Amino acid sequence: MFMKLHQWAETNAFALLVLSFIVVSVGGLVQIVPLFYLDNTIEKVEGMRPYSPLELAGRDIYVREGCYTCHSQMIRVMRDEVDRYGHYSLAAESMYDHPFQWGSKRTGPDLARVGGRYSDDWHVAHMHNPRDIVPESIMPAYPWLAETPVSTDLIAQMMTAHRRTGVPYTDEMIENAVLDFRTQENPDAGDVDALLARYPKAQARNFDAQPGVSELDALIAYLQMLGTLVDFSTFEPEASR
Amino acid sequence: METYTFLRQLADSWGLLSMVLFFTVVAVWIFRPGARAAQNEAAMQIFRNEDRPKDDSDGR
Amino acid sequence: MSDAVKIAGWGLLILFFAMGANWGTDVAYRFHAILLMVVCATMFIWSIRTAGSGPKDPDGPVPETGYMDGVVRYGVIATALWGVIGFLAGVYIAFQLAFPMLNWDLPWTSFGRLRPLHTSAVIFAFGGNALIATSFYVVQRTCAVRLWGGKTAWFVFWGYNLFIVLAATGYLLGQTQSKEYAEPEWYVDLWLTVVWVAYLLVFLMTIVKRKEPHIYVANWFYLAFIVTIAMLHVVNNLAVPVSIWGSNSVILFPGVQGAMVQWWYGHNAVGFFLTAGFLGMMYYFIPKQADRPIYSYKLSIIHFWALIFLYIWAGPHHLHYTALPDWAQMLGMVFSIVLWMPSWGGMINGLMTLQGAWDKLRTDPILRMLVVAVGFYGMATFEGPMMSIRSVNSLSHYTEWTIGHVHSGALGWNGMITFGALYYLVPRLWNRPALYSNALVSWHFWLATIGIVLYAASMWVGGIMQGLMWREIDDQGFLVNSFIDSVAAMHPMYVVRALGGTMFLLGGVIMLWNLWKTIAGEGAARTQHVPAE
Repeated sequence: MFMKLHQWAETNAFALLVLSFIVVSVGGLVQIVPLFYLDNTIEKVEGMRPYSPLELAGRDIYVREGCYTCHSQMIRVMRDEVDRYGHYSLAAESMYDHPFQWGSKRTGPDLARVGGRYSDDWHVAHMHNPRDIVPESIMPAYPWLAETPVSTDLIAQMMTAHRRTGVPYTDEMIENAVLDFRTQENPDAGDVDALLARYPKAQARNFDAQPGVSELDALIAYLQMLGTLVDFSTFEPEASR
Repeated sequence: METYTFLRQLADSWGLLSMVLFFTVVAVWIFRPGARAAQNEAAMQIFRNEDRPKDDSDGR
Repeated sequence: MSDAVKIAGWGLLILFFAMGANWGTDVAYRFHAILLMVVCATMFIWSIRTAGSGPKDPDGPVPETGYMDGVVRYGVIATALWGVIGFLAGVYIAFQLAFPMLNWDLPWTSFGRLRPLHTSAVIFAFGGNALIATSFYVVQRTCAVRLWGGKTAWFVFWGYNLFIVLAATGYLLGQTQSKEYAEPEWYVDLWLTVVWVAYLLVFLMTIVKRKEPHIYVANWFYLAFIVTIAMLHVVNNLAVPVSIWGSNSVILFPGVQGAMVQWWYGHNAVGFFLTAGFLGMMYYFIPKQADRPIYSYKLSIIHFWALIFLYIWAGPHHLHYTALPDWAQMLGMVFSIVLWMPSWGGMINGLMTLQGAWDKLRTDPILRMLVVAVGFYGMATFEGPMMSIRSVNSLSHYTEWTIGHVHSGALGWNGMITFGALYYLVPRLWNRPALYSNALVSWHFWLATIGIVLYAASMWVGGIMQGLMWREIDDQGFLVNSFIDSVAAMHPMYVVRALGGTMFLLGGVIMLWNLWKTIAGEGAARTQHVPAE
């Protein structure tokens, strides 16, 4: 019987296909599935919230320009990294990132906590030409960002798509998407308190000091909030994870 | 947490043992002498039918 | 009747893509819509012109052998062309890191958009076409039957290359989902899924109707590669499109789960696309070129099952010391280290096939290329498990060491074995007595080898230097180097790396010339003048 079974497996293309598929499924099932139900995978922290509409638009520009190819957003639990970049990154800090931006390469420095580290003016000049600020830098210049306005046409649809994947955007947030988007770049134009109620710690100001919402505004709004949300005074690491 | 501990213990004991045993059985099975003829036949397969498909008359 | 349906179908598609071009919300989407409209219009006109006539022979003037080799010939040409394009993109972005003015301050030429173009061009365009072409060649010879499915194989070839063009143009226009090696957006992914299922069908059904009792082991590797890539591609690219008239989509899995899924995909793009599939090539072309069967068929069976079982677990070694839970990191590390054994089993099997025929290495530059490829495979699969050890990884991760490791595998193993296979295939597919020039193969071999050595050495030195500079702490407990110090120190390494890459590219251009002359039929005349050794 065993002999027959083996012959069947060795000479039957479908059997080979099914057996191979079973064998290659095991690793993924064991490693991926538990991450969705083991409750210590994502730490309980104070302060995480979905991206504001302007930050979300900035994140899309970060993705579009391939920033992740040279910048990580994942500070590892090592002394020098914590000294250089700040508190090590938590899983909770990327729980609303679809997809994650941890990166795999540091041709440039980690950006997980770049928020608040430099002034808006610094970012504006740096994006225009990095070598004006840091002579040794090898980063490309992004002069077109300041000149390109961001369209608000798709913001609400974008947030709805994020909600479908599990990001807790409320109906109120989606209804006020365009308003919040404009208010964050121009605080005089709208209700900043309402923006902050929906997106605590959101920074509302004209980031590029030019009228209108440019791609540079959105990108700097995103960079300036990176790593600033979690309240580490209330965070206690779990012993085993 | 309990799920994790349980899975961890399973992975360190019976899970590990059963995988090692399974691998050993498969390896021994492949190296059994009775398979030699078939394997030699399969290894030589690449030197046949170089230019055209096998005729139906001499197929299996 | 069927002609009418065909013509109407192409017409409807033209209409649909015209709508896309009109309503598209971003430039990449509209460009793709226009591109597809042109493709469909070409097919529309072609369908009208050929309506009523019988099917034309796509194999051209080369005599029909009974095997379906026309599609393999196209695949071989596509592999060689895409290879040179991919190497060129790589060399260019290497020079950008040394001389940032080469970014030209333009969106379409900046590193962040060109880097996915390079990786996709070499992995999917060069590697993918090589795998499709060689798998179609090998499965026919080892099964002794013509490819299953008639024109389906042509659909696979053209559909796959359309996928490449969509992906590459999309990157330049800013279309990406920022998942490494899975950057194409949702509709490009859907198209690839369709093509891939057709590929699986052609390959599987050809095996099913074979006239040899056994399924040769090379086909096992090809089959596992095809089915695993299908699984990885579908799961990793699950996404919610923002609108059917736009490029953007939102990836389903967030943060830490998304990272795990991505590197489960990412590492097995290496494990199954660049390893299992190319091992299928090794198990056919090395025995054929050496003219002796594989060293141990038993070992190849163990190699297969152990490799495919173990590889799939290795992904988390890309996420050591990150926010991924420790248990997953440990699993990734342990399986990566164990993976060393089947990898070297396969290497030994390939190398020992030359037992009793080692002298052929002296006279046969093609065999030399194939064997050096296996040597590089052995080096890369030793280095990989070492780098997956957490303490080593703490130094190597995020640095250029990883880039050096990847390229010693990609240039050395994937590149060299593909070059060897191309040199093997071209004279046979075009019925030429020999290659145009064996001397040019030697030139290619040495340029590529020295190029790889320069590349890998500069990236090893540079990567370890980066890792050490980042963690250097003085006796007061402060960091010694700012980040930009490490960037400045990399400059000479980046220059050397770009030069190594240039040599590798030059070798590729020489190959293109040699293959072209062979196809043009100048091989026979040429070989008469070369005295036998």
